[in-house]
Amino acid sequence: MSSIGTGYDLAASTFSPDGRIFQVEYAQKAVDNAGTMIAIRGKNGVVVVADKLISSKLYTDNANPRMFNVNDNVGVAVAGNYPDGFALKNYAYGEAMKWLKDYREPMPIQNIANSVAEYIHIHTLGISRPFGAGAFFMSWNKQTGGRLFLVEPSGLNYEYKAWAVGKHRQAAKAEIEKLKIEELDVNQLVKEAARIIMVVRDENKDKNVQIEMGWVGEQTNGKYEEVPSEVVTAAEEWAIAKLDEDDMDD
Amino acid sequence: MDTMRDEKRKAIPAIGFYPQEEISTGTTLIAMEYNGGVVVGTDSRTSAGSFITSRATNKITPITDNMVVCRSGSAADTQAIADIAKYHIDVYTMTENKPVTIYRSSQIFRQFLYNYREQLSASVLVAGWDEELGGQVYAIPIGGFVSRQRSTASGSGSTFVQGFLDSQWRPNLTLEECKAIVKQAVGLATFRDGSSGGVVRLAVINKAGSQFELFRPDKPGFPFVQTPTPHLSFPPHIEQVL
Repeated sequence: MSSIGTGYDLAASTFSPDGRIFQVEYAQKAVDNAGTMIAIRGKNGVVVVADKLISSKLYTDNANPRMFNVNDNVGVAVAGNYPDGFALKNYAYGEAMKWLKDYREPMPIQNIANSVAEYIHIHTLGISRPFGAGAFFMSWNKQTGGRLFLVEPSGLNYEYKAWAVGKHRQAAKAEIEKLKIEELDVNQLVKEAARIIMVVRDENKDKNVQIEMGWVGEQTNGKYEEVPSEVVTAAEEWAIAKLDEDDMDD
Repeated sequence: MDTMRDEKRKAIPAIGFYPQEEISTGTTLIAMEYNGGVVVGTDSRTSAGSFITSRATNKITPITDNMVVCRSGSAADTQAIADIAKYHIDVYTMTENKPVTIYRSSQIFRQFLYNYREQLSASVLVAGWDEELGGQVYAIPIGGFVSRQRSTASGSGSTFVQGFLDSQWRPNLTLEECKAIVKQAVGLATFRDGSSGGVVRLAVINKAGSQFELFRPDKPGFPFVQTPTPHLSFPPHIEQVL
């Protein structure tokens, strides 16, 4: 970023001479530096896992969740600046409620993602600051199978088979690519996802972290749900065992 | 609203001028599901009071290739709502890059019919076919209540054929059976209802799209009604001149 300090990064309403909007790129950094979050679409569902920094021992268990329901069928997981992510989740929820009132049917995931992306994009036009958060949206049903979207601070909205954001996203994506995710069911995905989160952690820096998980699939009957804590704990234990086993092989 | 001076407000039947009468489709609308789609049938009369404004109206308005709306009530209101709803459905089809379902379309119609229920005098049948649920008929009467029907009749002529439809409908009708029932129902209703008449228009909506048919009273295929012949010698003490 050689153009920093030249005055082109002071507002989202200003383009740099080479066509970049630095304020939006800085907003993306808020997501890039956040705890790793990965989402994977498998054989019969979608799983999302986040590595969450617990900044104080005084917090109650499971305080400040990053994963929510938008409606019964669609889940959202926000990464980056927490209040910004929370606002995005509230906006998505409001849109889904409006859709339900207008059309008497649940808002489809594609429409939710598009509508949030449009909302985020408006905030890159210089009226106020951009969102320092990105949002995964996931759903599963018999007709469409699993679906996974990521909306970024620029308003970019892509559908993925699997993706990772946050601190160790590159390493996480490399790990995901090693798996045959299309063949894994959600119970296997939960384990593999926990393993990936643990393997990409920086032993020295990433302390006081906790895994948070959400899933939607055939076994939840198409409803997005928080993964029960026993299942998360079991996945963590499996992952630790698997990592130890791999270390022995080396 | 009405700026016409009082002395000029008298009706002139000879030229069909009835200043106080709203132009409306005092109608017969029939819609019925069959095993591959839906069949709808209507009469073609539009009147302003006792005057027939049009005897060959088309009350089946296409919205998409696979959906029509049958209109009854104020002709102006229903035309406006069909236009507005079609516009919205077309925009959603473009922005979402896939067809809007019949159910959602019925909800779009509902929005207008419900939100403006105090000002409107409009009632519609939304009929169509989509990949999700196949043939569907949604009835939306005046307040904006939506219900899905397998067989339904609406408009002033509907009261005369409810029993007939109840007696004829059964699951898994074939296209030809369904067309025959719908056509007969429109014929029966038109015969008894003074506010319905003219020709019979049928539309078949299925996977292939919409096909429209017309039956005129002066051409074969029109559903004429046979009634019992009257007793001519009544009362008996009066000699009948034949």
